[in-house]
Amino acid sequence: MKPVTVVTGRAVPLDRSDVDTDQIIPSDWLKRVERTGFGAGLFSEWRDDRDFVLNQPQYAGATILVAGPNFGTGSSREHAVWALLDYGFEAVVSPRFADIFRNNCTKQGLLPVEVEPTLGRSLLDAVAADPALELTIDVARGTVEAPALGMTGSFPLDEFTRDRLLHGWDDIGLTLRYRDDITAYEGQRAPWLPTVEGAG
Amino acid sequence: MSTASKTNTASKTGTAPKTGTAPKTLSDKVWERHLVHQAEGEPDLLFIDLHLVHEVTSPQAFDGLRLEGRTVRHPELTVATADHNVPTTDIDKPVADPVSARQLEVLSANCAEFGITCYPMGHANQGIVHIIGPELGLSQPGMTIVCGDSHTSTHGAFGALAFGIGTSEVEHVLATQTLLQVRLSTMAVEVEGDAPPGVTAKDIVLAIIGRIGTSGGMGHVIEYRGEAVRALSMEGRMTMCNMSIEAGARAGMIAPDDTTFEYLQGRPHAPTGRLWERALEDWRSLATDEGADFDKTVTIDATAIRPHVTWGTNPAQVVPIDAEVPDPSSFADPAEREAAARALQYMGLTAGTPLREVTVDTVFIGSCTNSRIEDLRAAAAVLEGGRRVRAGMRALVVPGSHPVKAQAEAEGLDKVFVAAGFEWREPGCSMCLAMNPDKLAVGERCASTSNRNFEGRQGRGGRTHLVSPAVAAATAVAGHFATPGDLA
Repeated sequence: MKPVTVVTGRAVPLDRSDVDTDQIIPSDWLKRVERTGFGAGLFSEWRDDRDFVLNQPQYAGATILVAGPNFGTGSSREHAVWALLDYGFEAVVSPRFADIFRNNCTKQGLLPVEVEPTLGRSLLDAVAADPALELTIDVARGTVEAPALGMTGSFPLDEFTRDRLLHGWDDIGLTLRYRDDITAYEGQRAPWLPTVEGAG
Repeated sequence: MSTASKTNTASKTGTAPKTGTAPKTLSDKVWERHLVHQAEGEPDLLFIDLHLVHEVTSPQAFDGLRLEGRTVRHPELTVATADHNVPTTDIDKPVADPVSARQLEVLSANCAEFGITCYPMGHANQGIVHIIGPELGLSQPGMTIVCGDSHTSTHGAFGALAFGIGTSEVEHVLATQTLLQVRLSTMAVEVEGDAPPGVTAKDIVLAIIGRIGTSGGMGHVIEYRGEAVRALSMEGRMTMCNMSIEAGARAGMIAPDDTTFEYLQGRPHAPTGRLWERALEDWRSLATDEGADFDKTVTIDATAIRPHVTWGTNPAQVVPIDAEVPDPSSFADPAEREAAARALQYMGLTAGTPLREVTVDTVFIGSCTNSRIEDLRAAAAVLEGGRRVRAGMRALVVPGSHPVKAQAEAEGLDKVFVAAGFEWREPGCSMCLAMNPDKLAVGERCASTSNRNFEGRQGRGGRTHLVSPAVAAATAVAGHFATPGDLA
């Protein structure tokens, strides 16, 4: 994962609640065995509608998606995060993220910016009113700002996730620091726990 | 239904374990016995007892291992099966879709390379990943179970802590057999009283989701409790835990009891002899202690629950079958109002229409929610006595696994379905998510025993209504939403 420190850019308003991962990347796209190229499938069913916000030229090149509450519900598909990143998004702002989606984001360096509902609403309205409005998201400070409007807010990131994002650390590498603890744990597992040997 | 709710925010202060002899919840106990490492300012490192793998969310994880020159730490704690992509007809022939075929081949190749047991299409043990774990006896009380699939919550029915993970986490578990997790809050859902006859586990869980919403369980492990839950079979408990994620909860759990132990005893991977006795003693200690605190409690009166049908595009948009399609203006919250209006437009429904007057084109009985033997028995029972599927209706039964299919055939259920006009298919995820050829056409309306009524979930432009197997079968006969009791 590449380090993520500050994201500055224009934003797209996606004024819907409960945007599930089936909408973010429909299941037809999940047949691919690669990790790249999912941007073309991002919201592909909604993009069939010419008026859909991602089809509006004033939002081309935006790097932040501002959405309603309960973003990323449903399927655990990390393809949703890969699709958002591949399309060019670096952060998603929402008053509430589904747990698995949020986790997947932080593994890949897509910022899940969880804001107070009133700020979420204000940002949606502000970005809808002014597609040129720039937002700045600062990982170290945990802040989201629209300097032109004097809007500012904070978002939660636990210390561990923040440091991982800032340094681009690999989770597996971090866990392997505790290799000895894993080995010790393995030595005291209950004897009845199931195992499956051999190639089925 | 009568409901009550309390939120105990005071106890939600951090991730430290509740130490000493303080009463603990089932999920606390399972969490604490899997702690490998704990440090201030870091998520807990949990050991994973069972890692289930399927073709869709694993290829990129195996690529990651190869890229870093890593191996699978515990192939013997890992089991793979092909389920999402597999066709449900002509499984003796090559898979027609080359992209699906490739993904299935890649799963088998990865498992062979890393020494993982794999049940490919057509294997006697193959089936939906959340069906085969329990039926092989691999899902046991007190375990941690993960899979790159959000419906991993299913296995919580055994008193396991089971949840879905993304592909990066799949790679992490393959490499280390552990997972970094922030401690989840606890939520008790008390389902009090007896559910009326004809009300199934599916109806209970839909009623719960309707009540707490798609985000009601976010950040929480749900523990389902109360008489109506204790009265359920393991199949019913799996249906309930399966849909925890539709209420936003990564995991749902039910304390193991004699129903659990009877289901497990004699299964291929269940312990035997002395080990069975030791396991049993341990499993009996898992239930939530008297006086243990939950961060949140929701109480639901089971006696008031009726068969449920979803009307919208998320599983919380649900009403009893006796109700009408709701009017968006009846929702106080503006976001809910707008979501309802959007859903009615997508679903092609008019507010005020009685659900029983909504006609259906397709009936799908299957998915990790409702494709176990008991589900098939319940649906077949509705069709007994020569009942026929309504003319023009497409009706599919997709058993959850080859063992389920074989059992159903041994009981003659396949003949009941076929005589009624249902298609009897091969096992897989099928029309639940339409990654194989089983899809809805644009505008087609489906009564489905699956778990998600999202836009396009069963095929682009398709309209999904979630129901129980009994309601699905009755609807197939009536041509519109119906309960078995409605059939003449």
